[in-house]
Amino acid sequence: MHRIHGAAALLVLACSLTLGTAYAAGDRQTDPLDSPRWGDMRKEFFPAKARVVFDQRVKVSAPLTAENALNVPVSVDAGALPDATEVLVFADFNPITRIVRFRPEGAHPGLGFRIKLQQSTPVRAAVKTRDGVWHVGGTWVNTTGGGCTLPSAGSGSPEWQKRLGEVSSRVWDRKEGGERIRLRIIHPEDTGLAAGVPAFYIQELKLTDEQGAPLLQIEGFEPLAENPVFSVDIPAARTAAGYRVSGRDNNGNAISAVIEK
Amino acid sequence: MSILSRASRSAIALFTLGWALLLAAADMDYGLQPVSIADGTWVLVGRSEDFSTANGGNIVNTGFIVTPAGVLVIDSGPSRAYGEQLKRAIARITDKPVTMVVNTHHHPDHFLGNQAFAPDTLAALPGTISGIHAEGGTFNENMYRLAGDWMAGTEPLAPAKQLTAGPLELGGHHLELIALDGHTGADLAIFDRSTGVLFAGDLVFNDRAPTTPHANLAAWQKALDRLESLGFKQIVPGHGPVAQGTAPIRQTRAWLGWLDGNLRQAAEDGLDMTEVLAIPLPAEFRRLAVVEAEYRRSVGQLYPAYEQHALAHPGRNAR
Repeated sequence: MHRIHGAAALLVLACSLTLGTAYAAGDRQTDPLDSPRWGDMRKEFFPAKARVVFDQRVKVSAPLTAENALNVPVSVDAGALPDATEVLVFADFNPITRIVRFRPEGAHPGLGFRIKLQQSTPVRAAVKTRDGVWHVGGTWVNTTGGGCTLPSAGSGSPEWQKRLGEVSSRVWDRKEGGERIRLRIIHPEDTGLAAGVPAFYIQELKLTDEQGAPLLQIEGFEPLAENPVFSVDIPAARTAAGYRVSGRDNNGNAISAVIEK
Repeated sequence: MSILSRASRSAIALFTLGWALLLAAADMDYGLQPVSIADGTWVLVGRSEDFSTANGGNIVNTGFIVTPAGVLVIDSGPSRAYGEQLKRAIARITDKPVTMVVNTHHHPDHFLGNQAFAPDTLAALPGTISGIHAEGGTFNENMYRLAGDWMAGTEPLAPAKQLTAGPLELGGHHLELIALDGHTGADLAIFDRSTGVLFAGDLVFNDRAPTTPHANLAAWQKALDRLESLGFKQIVPGHGPVAQGTAPIRQTRAWLGWLDGNLRQAAEDGLDMTEVLAIPLPAEFRRLAVVEAEYRRSVGQLYPAYEQHALAHPGRNAR
């Protein structure tokens, strides 16, 4: 029994190695997540002439099963790729597929965040490298769903109006060197898909050091979870005495805070 | 198309449908087998699993105490069908009427069988009753998704009768109703001083990882201290096998203590939720049923509060 499993595992490994080589060699590839929506995603997000490859170096971490579709944790790490300039995160089966786009400008090319999902779906990150190639990684998340058509808790309470855009944050030293910034922003992040509740979400965030030198730009979309929490790593070479975050939501409300150590 | 052929097709369709319903009904048998654990005291032990279409939601322990003055039922199970089969199982054992059905707390597997019993026999703590009113509908819909056809005809039915903590005499049994919280906002434990049996509800799990959707870990641990001090002979946990001693209480406390310390440390160390999910479970807990799934759910339910605490010093707002 064990031996058979072992042999099967070896076979699978061998196949994936072969496929991996094929990905690197040409553009004819099959979606490792085997999603019927991949063709649409390819058309929607990437120019026809762009080179798009599936690449295991793009790490997307999320639970295989997510009971709470309103708050599904996702981490993207493109640190194994050289020169990541832009990362687009999307979910094939979400009614709003686009989740977040970010551009590392000194920060480590990765981001931790949480999302709302409407049903089971691949969650993918497409990473553009300086040579113009898009590298796609991802994972399936199974969920009973409904996360996109529910109103936020905030929309039903007056509390957020007083605290809208409020930022809490903290900076940690990393054992590996450099620093980690975590920040949480009070915002309902309504998708506009719940009856009578218009779309209301953070569109832009810019993380800089205290001197204003850019570290990371985030473009947010409706599926980011309510009161979003972000984890960002800063390499040792770019750590600073303090940081600053600024941005706005789709109604023009400004977000601006100093991140103190 | 002739009328005759349409009629015969309808007949065939009806026949097929009838068979399908019959077969489905035959499948919807929980096979409930009450086990006697003390004088007049019976327990129906559920599976140590997650809700599924295979188990129909029967992952819960229910029980009943037969007295000359009538039968006290403790929790009614995950569905109307379960409640009805529980009622029939009781009737096979005694001809005494069910005089009271208590829901230990407002989670779906503990009250969705209420419809099978007379409404005026249903009773619970006030917090449980309001919890069923507030969340029963959502729980019920979720159970249809998780358990499927087993849920047919199930609707949430909240007790009207409010229980208060204190002694309760029933047909010679000296019962103590103990109002606690921590697993949910209102958790009822029932201690039968006459037999030494403690029905702990979901404050205690045995060899099955605890669930935490409404948990307050500090209050829960205090509740466990109270239960441990009762000097019971046998304990009926909400989930998992009946036990003789306090081991299930200590096991539940150890898990909750580890969970609390682990999540606090993770938040203080600045871990993202995906990194918290990847933390390996200590060896002593890996033998608990469904521990991986419960850990994942607990992180999702509880970690945001630890995070907020760790991020509590707000950044100076800049303009």
